[in-house]
Amino acid sequence: MNRRNFAIASAAVALSFAFSEAPQAQEPIKFGMVAHLSGPLAGGEAVTHLPNVQLWVEEVNGRGGLMVDGKRRPVEIVQYDDKTNPAEHIKAVQRLASQDEVDFMIAPYGTGFNIAAAPIYARYKYPLVAVTAITDEIHELTDKFPNMFFTLGSTSGFVEGVTNTLKTLQSKGVIGDKVAMVNVADAFGIELAGVAREKFKEAGFNIVYDKSYPLGTPDLSPVMKGAKAAAPDAFVAWSYPPDSFALTEQAIIEDLDVKAFYTAVATAFPAYGGKFGNAIEGNLGAGGVNPNTDAMKAYRKRHQDVTGKAPDYWASATYYSALQVLEQAIEGVGKVDREAVTEHIKNNAFETVIGTIRFDKHNNSERYWSVGQWRGGQFVAVADTGMGDSVAPVAKKGWK
Amino acid sequence: MPDILRGGAILLAVLAVAALPLLADGYWLSIAVTIMMYTALSTSWALFSGPTHYIALSTGAFYGIGGYLVATGMSDFGTSFWTMMAIAPFVAALLAGAIGIATLRLSGVYFVIFTLGLAEMIRNLVSWVQNNFLGSKGLYVLTELEERHIYWMLLAVTLAVFLFGWRLGRSRMGFALRILGNDEEVARHVGIDTARTKVLLFMTTGFFAALVGAIVAPRYYYIEPNVVFSPELSFLVVIMALLGGTRRLYGPLLGVIPFTLLWEVVSASFPSATTMVLGLAFLLIVYLIPDGVTGLIGKLRKRSVP
Repeated sequence: MNRRNFAIASAAVALSFAFSEAPQAQEPIKFGMVAHLSGPLAGGEAVTHLPNVQLWVEEVNGRGGLMVDGKRRPVEIVQYDDKTNPAEHIKAVQRLASQDEVDFMIAPYGTGFNIAAAPIYARYKYPLVAVTAITDEIHELTDKFPNMFFTLGSTSGFVEGVTNTLKTLQSKGVIGDKVAMVNVADAFGIELAGVAREKFKEAGFNIVYDKSYPLGTPDLSPVMKGAKAAAPDAFVAWSYPPDSFALTEQAIIEDLDVKAFYTAVATAFPAYGGKFGNAIEGNLGAGGVNPNTDAMKAYRKRHQDVTGKAPDYWASATYYSALQVLEQAIEGVGKVDREAVTEHIKNNAFETVIGTIRFDKHNNSERYWSVGQWRGGQFVAVADTGMGDSVAPVAKKGWK
Repeated sequence: MPDILRGGAILLAVLAVAALPLLADGYWLSIAVTIMMYTALSTSWALFSGPTHYIALSTGAFYGIGGYLVATGMSDFGTSFWTMMAIAPFVAALLAGAIGIATLRLSGVYFVIFTLGLAEMIRNLVSWVQNNFLGSKGLYVLTELEERHIYWMLLAVTLAVFLFGWRLGRSRMGFALRILGNDEEVARHVGIDTARTKVLLFMTTGFFAALVGAIVAPRYYYIEPNVVFSPELSFLVVIMALLGGTRRLYGPLLGVIPFTLLWEVVSASFPSATTMVLGLAFLLIVYLIPDGVTGLIGKLRKRSVP
């Protein structure tokens, strides 16, 4: 590209921006968002985050916008792609803060990205209501970044949910004490497997098979054959989306005879239920929701109507709730004042589609579902922290 | 230009560059950090790949080792950032040495393919070690370092790379490298230990890449092996160096600056089409300026002097 063409191109871009802003009656409140439109996490982003942002913008602007300074101002999303690359992510957040001068930010997808973005959010005083960030370092992180909030729980909380589910099944005589456990050999899987090894043992379970597989392994049949040979009563996989699908597929092929079958991430995706149909009746996985509250029912219907897809049964509703927290805090303050909004989030309760959200002194919301189970086409929570509305787990039916 | 004048000019330029964080903050500083990081990486890459014509796609692997060692040292062993930053480049250099001895006998395309797979191999190795021996509680790099501190450290590394390159160009080793690059057979016949020369230079690029990776780690706060060992970085380094031209020490710099700015315009103006626009930009670069910016300048100069 020579210099003249480049100048013409940039002038054209500048002009198009100038025109697009002209006809608005009220100046919009700008929300910055750095999304993974490509790269390894693009799939999760597309299921859990993007449709909710679309839904939220439509809902808020449908009623004229957010009430600030006594009038309604529409919301506008300024979005960049980071290609699932942390360096690009940081640059894009920086650009949103100091070039686009957005008024607020919407939390990114993934633990690492929330943490990488936190210092910049802190510097510009943006409240960061993180959702898809699960860590045991919540206290350290919120001490360091007091504008950061957590909503989806901790690593230990997740493993406890699984342990409790297995114990309930054991006390009902559904399963014995033999557990086969596998994990993806990546930060997430290694961490969860490490915590689980201790907690399962404490709870009196006997880990009869303990194996890991590298991220992106195309063939998981040896893993499943090994698990089957150990004749376990329960199977637990700390897995990522592709392997959650692949392990389930292999379990069906091998006809793994267990009364509890758990795969972690993506079990809550509508695509998981869609792919396996009746075969996964009674399967356990990370997440779950209570689909029976009025708020949740209404949310799921609107999500389907507006975006044309069903929300997942885990972080989708929580992510929408985080947007509601931000929305209610901004209207509560009644001004575009980021510091005041952060204070407001710390000190108030918020009514959302997952119920009331209130943050403790470590900016952590100790209300989340941790284990779900597929029951008649819905993924229902069977373990939770602070929610109190999950149902008792039942035995998994056979694969056929 | 007399040497003293030239030295003074360089000193002034360095001081001006070092003063940047005092003037720019936030956005422009983050771009400056990116430029500084790729300048160090591309220049050190060109020191080896420029004269030898071995296209190494291993930058991502060594960069990843730097970042990962800092993270695991701080999270799993409670070591300080500074200790790990000092250790990491030497580990990477040793590894580069071992890899170099094993692979630098490979020629042309085989070497390219091997180095491309290297980042993936090391990532798997790292995950395996972590899974079987270390366990993981998440790799956090929590320091008090700010963006400007990282910028100054990268500036120091960049200066070290330039100084090293400048000395190299005037040393017996640099002379040997140039002969080797022109014809390896001839180099061997005149008594140059070609294997040793190549391995030593390969170790140097590994050393600097890991050092940069270690310095940049505090910027991300949280390290995931599958993100830090990114093959994309290796490609970007190569492309930036080729855009600038590898014949001169300052060549890669002339590629890094325009490329980073172009990339920035593309990401800001076409946020959902970056990959496509990037591809088109590559095609244009390859067709219009195959010898890089420095090659183009050289050609223009020749034309203006009849």
